[in-house]
Amino acid sequence: MNEDVPLAVSMEHIYKSFGRVRANVDVRLQLRQGEILALLGENGSGKTTLVNMLSGVYFPDHGEIYVQGRPVTIRSPRDAFDLRIGMIHQHFKLIPVLTAAENIALGLSGSVTLNRKSIHAEVARLAERYGFELDPARKIYDMSVSEKQTVEIIKVLYRGADILILDEPTAVLTPLETEKLFAVLRNMKADGKSIIIITHKLHEVLAISDRVEILRKGEFIATVETATTNQARLTEMMVGRPINLMIERPEASGGPERLELNALTCVDHEGVTTLDDVSFTVYAGEILGIAGIAGSGQRELCEAIVGLNPPTSGSISYSPPHPDLAKTPCEKERIDRLSPGAIARRGISMAFVPEDRLGMGLVASMDITDNVMLRGYRKGKGPFVDRVRPKALAERLIEELEIVTPSTSTSVGRLSGGNVQKVLLGREIAQEPGVLIVAYPVRGLDINSSYKIYDLLNEQKARGVAVVFIGEDLDVLMEISDRLLVLCGGRISGIVDPRAVTKEEVGLMMVHVAGAEGLDSETGSATGEAA
Amino acid sequence: MSVPARQKREPLVRMVKRDDISSRRAWSYRALAFVAALATGGLLILILGHNPLFVYRDMVVGSWGSPTVIKETIKLAIPLLICALGLALAFKMKFWNIGGEGQIIVGALAAGYFGFFMADFLSRPLLIAVMLLAAIVAGGIYGLIPAFFKAKWNTNETLFTLMLNYVALAVIKYLMNGPWKAPGSSFPKMPMLVPGGRLTQILGVHWGWILALVLVLVAWFYFNRTKQGYEISVVGASENTARYAGMNVGRVIMRTMFLSGALCGIVGFLQFSGADYTIAEGIAGGVGFTAITVAWLAKMNPFGMLAVSVFIAMLERGSNTIQTIYKIPASASSLLIGIILFFMLGCEFFITYRLVFRGSASPGRAGGGGGDGGASTSSDSASPGQTDRQKREESA
Amino acid sequence: MIDIVTALLMAAVLAGTPLLLGALGEILTEKSGNLNLGVEGMMFMGAITGLIGSYCYEQALTAAGIVPNGVISALVALTVSFLAGAFGALIYAFLTITLRANQNVTGLILTIFGTGFGNFFGEYFGLAAGGYVAVSSVTKAAFSPLHIPLLSEIPILGKLLFQYNWMVYFAIALALGMFWFFRVSRFGLNLRAVGEDPAAADAAGINVSRYRYLATVIGGGICGIGGMYMSMVTTSGVWVHGCVTGYGWLAVALVIFATWSPLRGILVAIIFGGLMIMRMYVSIPGLPAQIYDMVPYVATILVLIITSVRQSKEHAMPAGCGLNYFREER
Repeated sequence: MNEDVPLAVSMEHIYKSFGRVRANVDVRLQLRQGEILALLGENGSGKTTLVNMLSGVYFPDHGEIYVQGRPVTIRSPRDAFDLRIGMIHQHFKLIPVLTAAENIALGLSGSVTLNRKSIHAEVARLAERYGFELDPARKIYDMSVSEKQTVEIIKVLYRGADILILDEPTAVLTPLETEKLFAVLRNMKADGKSIIIITHKLHEVLAISDRVEILRKGEFIATVETATTNQARLTEMMVGRPINLMIERPEASGGPERLELNALTCVDHEGVTTLDDVSFTVYAGEILGIAGIAGSGQRELCEAIVGLNPPTSGSISYSPPHPDLAKTPCEKERIDRLSPGAIARRGISMAFVPEDRLGMGLVASMDITDNVMLRGYRKGKGPFVDRVRPKALAERLIEELEIVTPSTSTSVGRLSGGNVQKVLLGREIAQEPGVLIVAYPVRGLDINSSYKIYDLLNEQKARGVAVVFIGEDLDVLMEISDRLLVLCGGRISGIVDPRAVTKEEVGLMMVHVAGAEGLDSETGSATGEAA
Repeated sequence: MSVPARQKREPLVRMVKRDDISSRRAWSYRALAFVAALATGGLLILILGHNPLFVYRDMVVGSWGSPTVIKETIKLAIPLLICALGLALAFKMKFWNIGGEGQIIVGALAAGYFGFFMADFLSRPLLIAVMLLAAIVAGGIYGLIPAFFKAKWNTNETLFTLMLNYVALAVIKYLMNGPWKAPGSSFPKMPMLVPGGRLTQILGVHWGWILALVLVLVAWFYFNRTKQGYEISVVGASENTARYAGMNVGRVIMRTMFLSGALCGIVGFLQFSGADYTIAEGIAGGVGFTAITVAWLAKMNPFGMLAVSVFIAMLERGSNTIQTIYKIPASASSLLIGIILFFMLGCEFFITYRLVFRGSASPGRAGGGGGDGGASTSSDSASPGQTDRQKREESA
Repeated sequence: MIDIVTALLMAAVLAGTPLLLGALGEILTEKSGNLNLGVEGMMFMGAITGLIGSYCYEQALTAAGIVPNGVISALVALTVSFLAGAFGALIYAFLTITLRANQNVTGLILTIFGTGFGNFFGEYFGLAAGGYVAVSSVTKAAFSPLHIPLLSEIPILGKLLFQYNWMVYFAIALALGMFWFFRVSRFGLNLRAVGEDPAAADAAGINVSRYRYLATVIGGGICGIGGMYMSMVTTSGVWVHGCVTGYGWLAVALVIFATWSPLRGILVAIIFGGLMIMRMYVSIPGLPAQIYDMVPYVATILVLIITSVRQSKEHAMPAGCGLNYFREER
C-alpha cells in the first residue's frame, strides 16, 4: 500500500444493525486524497449503509470516523457538508416543483432572501469547470434522469464538497451518458477531489477506479489496486467463492405465436406519448428480452399487455395454447380493451411480475397466504373466501422455492427482497400462465437469488410459456434472451438476435431509433418520466 | 482508542423499530396510556376544584347505577356502534368518510318522509320496513356521491363528505321552516312521529340494540371471511395492487361507500323512530364524528367497536350526571374523549418503536469488541438490502 | 344599488376574515407537509381563550379599581388566542412528528378536543359569570371599525377599504407577509422543500422536524387568532355555544380553493364570506333563505371536483403533505 498519500476519509470498526439485521460488521474504509475508490459488493452487502454513515443519514452503532486525519462525529447531512462530504444518492433527492438553482441552494445558510442571480452565476462557473451542461432556471420535473443527476452533483460541489460519494450513479444512465459522467469524475479527480463510487458493475469498476474495496454480507473483505486485478478475481471476492457467471440459455422450442402486438400506441393523461406504434410478436417457449433506458415505455408496455393501461390505439391479441391436440387451434382473441379482471374471466392466464413488487404485485401488510390468493380469490361460488387452498399453495411455494419465512402468516413486508420476489414469482407461475411478463425481476437481489430467478424463468420457457423479460442490465439481457427488443422513447428501435450483436450496438439503439426524426424531443419527454 | 470523547455527541435518544412485541405487553402499554389519560383529565377536574375520584365514580354511577340510566347509556351506544361499523368499512379502504353526520341526517329524513306522510296508508310492520329501507337507500346514496367522484377523479373525499354534512343540515333547516313544519306550531319544528311508526322496545330499549349486535357479527364476517371484505383490504392497502389483481377499484369504492352510508342511514332511522320521534338539527348529534374515534380506537375490529362505543356512551351519559352534580359542563365529555384519544394514539408509537438512550449498549457493539468479524449473522430471513429498500420506500 | 353592493362587499370582507386567518394558518402548516384537520379545534381554542383572556384582564383591573385599556385588552386576546391555537397545534405536532401518528386521525381528534375545550370553558366561565361571558364595551370598542382620518372619509372607497376593524388589516398583512416568505425568503424555500419531499430536504441539510414543528405551531397560532375573531368580532365579545362550528372546516376547504397561495387566499376568503352573508343582502324570489346556507359548502364541493379533474403540478397540495417523515435511525 502506498502510505505516502494522506487519507481523506478513514472509517474504522464500523458496526450498524437494523433490528436483527446486521448491515455492517466491523467494516473499515480508507479513501485516499485525490483518488477514485470503487466500493464493490452484492446487493445487500452493506455498501449503501456504510456510506450513509459518512453522509449523515445513519448513525453508526459503533466505530470511528476520521476525516483528514481528525476524529469526527457525523449526526446529520449538515454535519457531513461541514466536513466537505457530499453524497449523490441513487434515488435523487430533488424537489420536482423547484428549479435547479433553488434545489442547489436548498438548506444553505446565508442572507434571509435568496439571490437567484448569484446562484445562477456560481452554477454556471461550476458547470463550465467540470464539463456539465445545465440551465439553472429549469424546473426539475422537466428534466431527464441524467440532467437530474447533474443537478445533484452540482448541488454537492456548490456546497464545497471535496469528498464525493456516488451511489450507483450509472444504474439509470445509458452507456453514452455513463462515459460522460466518467469524464466529469476524472476532471474532478484531477482537481484534487476524492471520490467514492458504489457500483456492482465490474467493467465500470475497472474503467474508472484507482482502488477497489470489496464488501460481502456486511463485512470488509479486501482493498485492492484496480490495476492488479480482474473481473474474475473481483467476483470471487464479492460472492465468496468462484462462480460461473454464465446464464444458461436453453434452445428455444420454436413454439407457436402466443401474443401479438400491432401498432400499439399509448398516450398518458398528460398527453405524452409513452408508446408509439409498437408491434411485435412473442412465441411460446421463448424469452423475449426488452432493453431500454429507464422510462422508455417499459412500464406502459407491460401494463398495456396485462390490461392496466388501455392503449390509445393498436391491438393486442392472444392465442391460447390448446392442451387438447385433437381440437383445432384456438382462435386468436383481442385483449386490448379488457381490464385485468376481464382477461382473467376469459380464462386467459397472464402472469405479471411488476417492477413495484410491494406496491403493485403484493400487499406488504398482508401475510403470505393472503398474498398468494390475490390472483385466485374469486374462485368458488358464494360470497365467502376460501383460505384453505391458498394456504396449501403458500406452504408449497415456501418449500419449493426455499422461501425463508417464519410461517405462512408472516406479512410479506417483513421478508427480504429475494424472498419477496420468490413469493411473487411463485404465485404468478402457480397459475400456469400462457404469458409471463417480468419487469426488472432481479433488481435488488443478491447473486444467489438472481440465479434462482433465471432458472425459474428458463423452466417456464421450457414448459412452453412465452416469457417477456424487461431488464436494465444489458449483460444479463443479452445472455438470457432468445431475442432482444430495444425500446427508445416509446418506440421500437429494433429486435435483434443477442448472439449476433455487441453491447455497444444495443447501447446505441437505446438512444437512437434508426430512421426516426424529431427524436430528441420525444426521448426527452419520455426520459423525463423516469422514476 | 475505543469510545473516545466524541461519543458524547451521539444523539441523546434514538428510535429503533421493534422486531416484535408480545400482545400482552402491547395491551399493558395501552392500559398505561389509558390510566395516564384519566390522570390528565383528573388533573383538569382537580384544577376546577373537584375531587377527580368522586367525579369519575359519579360518572360510572351515573351511567350504570340504575336500570334507567343503563337504558339511557345503551341508547347512546347504539347509534355510535352502528355508525362506527359503517365508517370502519370506509376506513379499512383508506376512504376518509367523515360525512357520517350527513348520512345519518338523510337517513332520518328519508324515514321521516314515510313516517310523516305515509303513516296512514301502511300497516305498522310495513311502515317500519319501508322507513328502514328508505333510510338505507338514502344514506347509501349520500355516501355514494363522494365515492363516485373519488373513483372517477380521485376527488378529496375528506372535505367532500364533510361539506355534505352541512348541506344535509341546511336541508333539515329548510324542511323544518317550510314544507315539513308541524301544523299549528309557531316554532320551526317538525311534527311528532305517529305511535305506529315508533320502534317496539325490548327489555326497555328499542330493538335497535339487537340489530346493532347482529351487525357486529355480520361486520366481522364481512371483513374477515368474504371476498368483498378481502377486496376492501386490498384496495385500502394499495389501489395499484387491487387493479393488478383484476379488481374494479372504482366499483369497490362505490359499493363500500354505499354500505357505509347505508349503515349511517340506519342510525338516522333508529334515532328518528326509536329515540327522538321527530327530526331536528340535532338528530345526528355529533355521532358521525364521535363514531370516527370509536372505529379508530377499536382498530376497525367490530367487537372492539362494541366495547369502545359502550365506553364512550358511558362517558357521555356520565358527563350529564356530573353536570347536574358538580356543575361541570357536559362538554367535558368531548374534552375527556379528546384527551383519551390523544394518549391512545401516542402510545402506539411506543408499541412500534423502542427508544435507545445515549450510552446504552446496542446490539452492534455487543457483538463487536475485537476486529474478528466472527459475529456475522447477516441472516437470510431479512438481508440488509431489504432494510435499505424499505427505508427508501418509507422515506419516498 | 351601489349602497347594497358596498354593504355586501364590506360584510363579505368581515365574514371572510376569520376564514382567511384559518386558511393562512393551514397553508403554513400544509406547506410543511402536515395536513392538520384540526383547524376547527384550534379556532375553538383560540376563540374561547381570547375571549376569556380579555375578560380576565378586565375583571382583574376593574377589581383593582383601574379602568381597563381597550388596546391592551385586544393585545391580550391576540396573544392568548395565538398561544392557545399554538398549544393545540403543538399536541398535533408532537403526536405526528415525534410519535408518528396518523395525521388525519390526529387532526380529527384535535377538532373533537378543541370543540370540547371551547364549549366547556365557554360554559364553565359562563356559569361562573352568572349566565354568559361577555367582554365590556372597552374591549368591544377595540374591535369595532376603525376611523382613519381622511382615508375613511373618501366616498365609497373609504368605506370599502378603510373602515374595518384592525383584524382585517392584520389578516391581509399576514397574507402578504406569507406570500413574501414563500416566494423570496430562504426559509420559505426550505419550508416548501420540507413539505414537498422531506427526504430530499433532509439530505440537503434542512432540519425537517424543526421546520415542521415551527410551521405547524405557528400555523396553529394563526388559526387560534382566526377563532378569536369569531368570538370578539362576529359575536361581538359574547360567548355563543358552538360559535366556530363549520368555520374551521371551511377554512380547510379554502386552502384548496386558494391553491395554497396566501394571496389567492385573500380573494377566495372574500368570496366565501360573501356567500355566507349573501342571504341578508340578496333575495331571489322563491329561493328559501336556508338554501343560501348551503351555497358555501356546495361551492367548496364544486371546487374540490374541479381541482381534482384538472390536475396541475404547480398549484397542487405539497407532495409530502399527509405523510410523516423519519430518517429511521436518528
